[in-house]
Amino acid sequence: MRALQFFVLALGLAFLPASSFADDAIVITIKDHRFTPSEVKVPANKGVVLTVVNDDPTPEEFESKSMKVEKVIKGNSKATVRIGPLKPGRYKFFGEFNEATAQGVVVVE
Amino acid sequence: MIGALLIVFREVIEAGLIIGIVMAATRGVAGRSRMVTIGITAGVLGSAVVALFAGVISDAFGGSGQELFNALVLGLAVLMLIWHNAWMARHGREMAAEMRQVGTAVSTGTRPLAALAIVIGLAVLREGAEVVLFLYGIVASGSSGASTFAGGLLGVLCGAAFSALTYFGLLSIPSRHIFAVTSWMIALLAAGMAAQSIQFINNAGYFAVLGTTAWDSSWLLAEDSLTGRLLHILVGYTERPTELQLVVYIATLLVMFLMMRWARLPAAKSVAA
Repeated sequence: MRALQFFVLALGLAFLPASSFADDAIVITIKDHRFTPSEVKVPANKGVVLTVVNDDPTPEEFESKSMKVEKVIKGNSKATVRIGPLKPGRYKFFGEFNEATAQGVVVVE
Repeated sequence: MIGALLIVFREVIEAGLIIGIVMAATRGVAGRSRMVTIGITAGVLGSAVVALFAGVISDAFGGSGQELFNALVLGLAVLMLIWHNAWMARHGREMAAEMRQVGTAVSTGTRPLAALAIVIGLAVLREGAEVVLFLYGIVASGSSGASTFAGGLLGVLCGAAFSALTYFGLLSIPSRHIFAVTSWMIALLAAGMAAQSIQFINNAGYFAVLGTTAWDSSWLLAEDSLTGRLLHILVGYTERPTELQLVVYIATLLVMFLMMRWARLPAAKSVAA
């Protein structure tokens, strides 16, 4: 029973919003199915919040296998994308609905 | 057009592989096709509704609604798959015996059908919503309209054909092995889904523990390659899993096997239906 209480408590604590995320959000804008900036730098071993603004009228899916992210962003709206903690390196991301042009990379250092 | 075909094909096979495995697992069960049809129809209708309310879902829970929704859909599918496997562990042998005696149809296995209809519905729902949004974007933008839309439809057809191939491929397995094979496939499928589900919870900003990358096998098998994608769907292959994903993956397999073992115990037979 005590073990169960401890487990529930631990679960509750773990579900608290993570405070280890960096405060200043990085903004990436989608326009004409391209990302601006198409390369962003983020610190290593730390959760980072990206704000992705879709200025196109059509929806886009912000996706990255290496960062384990996929999120649909409707036209003319914005979304929050959480990544990391990541080890130093280059992590590609792309817009799945317009993969030919929508390409970018997160540089972790 | 080719671009649209590929995107839609990718989404459709993701749901289609799951449908193929589930159908093979319920081979010869009476009333199965009705349940599969209900699952797919509900999934398609549901994905249209999800696509319609995509904005509302995304904005819910402080902008993490989409991640939590995906996590919930995957989590539910995992529970249903565990229940199905436990059920089959208890009744699979009698079903296989009955199948040999009376030919094809067996009446025993109507119970897991409901669980599997839900799994199919959820799989179609998740991938279908993306397809609907993608096709809507094409129609809305108007520019490259007709040919891209045709590409999308062709993608659906190719995806459906691929799923049929999976199903008939699995059917070629002799009937005395098929339940064992599909049980394994469903166990790995569920473990992969659970690992994906916990990642969505992380992406929503919750449960931020064991976030360190356990390994990087992208040099060996890239997750966006064809093989990588297929293995991602089938066994949950991830090129850079977090430690938490690994723990959840193994835990799901453990729970699955414990449930199957428990369900197989003769004593338990009289307790639960």
